[in-house]
Amino acid sequence: MNLLFGRNASLQLRLIIAVVLSGLIMLGDRYTSGASTIRTSLNTFVSPLFYFANMPSEFLNWSSQNLDSRELLLAENTLLKEKQLLQNAKLLEFQFLQNENLKLRALLNSSAKLESKKLVTKILSIHSNTYNQQVVINKGFLDNVVEGLAVVDDLGVVGKVVQVGSSTSRVLLMTDNTHAIPVRVLRNNIQTVVEGNGKLNQVELPHVPHSMDIRVGDILVSSGLGDIFPEGLPVATVTNIERDESKPFSKVYAQPIAQLDRIRLLVLLWSQQTKVNENDE
Amino acid sequence: MMNRHYWLILLSIFVALVAALIPLPRELQPFQPDWVLLILMYWSLALPHRVNIGTAWIVGLLMDLAIGSPLGVHSLTYSVSIYITASNYQKIRNYSVPQQSLLIALFLAFYHLLQFWVSHFLIDIYFLPQYLWPVLTGSLSWVWIFLLLRKYRRHFRIR
Repeated sequence: MNLLFGRNASLQLRLIIAVVLSGLIMLGDRYTSGASTIRTSLNTFVSPLFYFANMPSEFLNWSSQNLDSRELLLAENTLLKEKQLLQNAKLLEFQFLQNENLKLRALLNSSAKLESKKLVTKILSIHSNTYNQQVVINKGFLDNVVEGLAVVDDLGVVGKVVQVGSSTSRVLLMTDNTHAIPVRVLRNNIQTVVEGNGKLNQVELPHVPHSMDIRVGDILVSSGLGDIFPEGLPVATVTNIERDESKPFSKVYAQPIAQLDRIRLLVLLWSQQTKVNENDE
Repeated sequence: MMNRHYWLILLSIFVALVAALIPLPRELQPFQPDWVLLILMYWSLALPHRVNIGTAWIVGLLMDLAIGSPLGVHSLTYSVSIYITASNYQKIRNYSVPQQSLLIALFLAFYHLLQFWVSHFLIDIYFLPQYLWPVLTGSLSWVWIFLLLRKYRRHFRIR
């Protein structure tokens, strides 16, 4: 084992090979789909790491659940029962409205809305890249998760699936600065786009003309364009508008309706298009 | 081919990968040092014939997959950082541990700036000074990582 001499040339060669390979991988990552077989199997390969890293928080959750007192559980149970009763009452009304909507749509000769497939998933407590806003969920292609699925929670849009492994997938949050959603203003149906800017409690509306009718407090819902998010999901509430006439566009900021800093359970939504494709196969 | 020396080194890298994935409370998250790189740096100084650019590249790719950065970012930055330590291991070994941690701070600053710069081209992010906190915490934790891993290496006679 002689290490004193004759190692440097080889190191430089290795560095060149490593740099070239990294460059090729970056290009490949940029210009191929995140759901390709290679990417999926690579993601599957690292998923044991996720389950190891998730263990401490899983253990803490488990122990805190088991240490809950009987009174606390009973109180929670009563609360949940009341909530369910209220929601059932609302659901009756909703069913009536849905029937009415179907009839009206039939009168207008427009196609009825299909019910899309849904799946509940849990977030693994995994640290993601500092420069991105992502979370890891515990469902993968074994549960038919595909790239581009819409992800929501009980309040509104959370983001979309970007990478898929066999039993885990990665969700890009709507506040990431590579994410954008086509939306419309609920009050007057103006179409626009919501972009993330890297802050967890703020999103931006790019290129809003000064003349656009938008006010603080307006609710933005997904418009269904882009075929990822179904129409009508709540996305964000407008919080701040800076109209400076010397600049070409006004700056509009909004706050996501889903509470992205405390999400725990999420729902995956299969759009009707992917469902149709599944039926074809 | 894969003897017990390699397995013991891989075990320490695996532990570092898991540690890098365990989330800290939101307030502490910006201060989390890059455990994987620190451990790779230690091995590249102690046993440069076992851990050098090849290992760094593969571990970097695993890191990219694990924390969801664009593929290739960590493999590139780890390879370059480990090239610096592995090509100067004889000089760096001669410094005392506090001096080493100053030098490591310099390497970490270079690593984090390079990583920011590559990410800036790939995902369009802007620089925040808080991205450099891991330089300080990483250099402070170098002393402990160095002593711990030296104990580990001597105890199991990893060569």
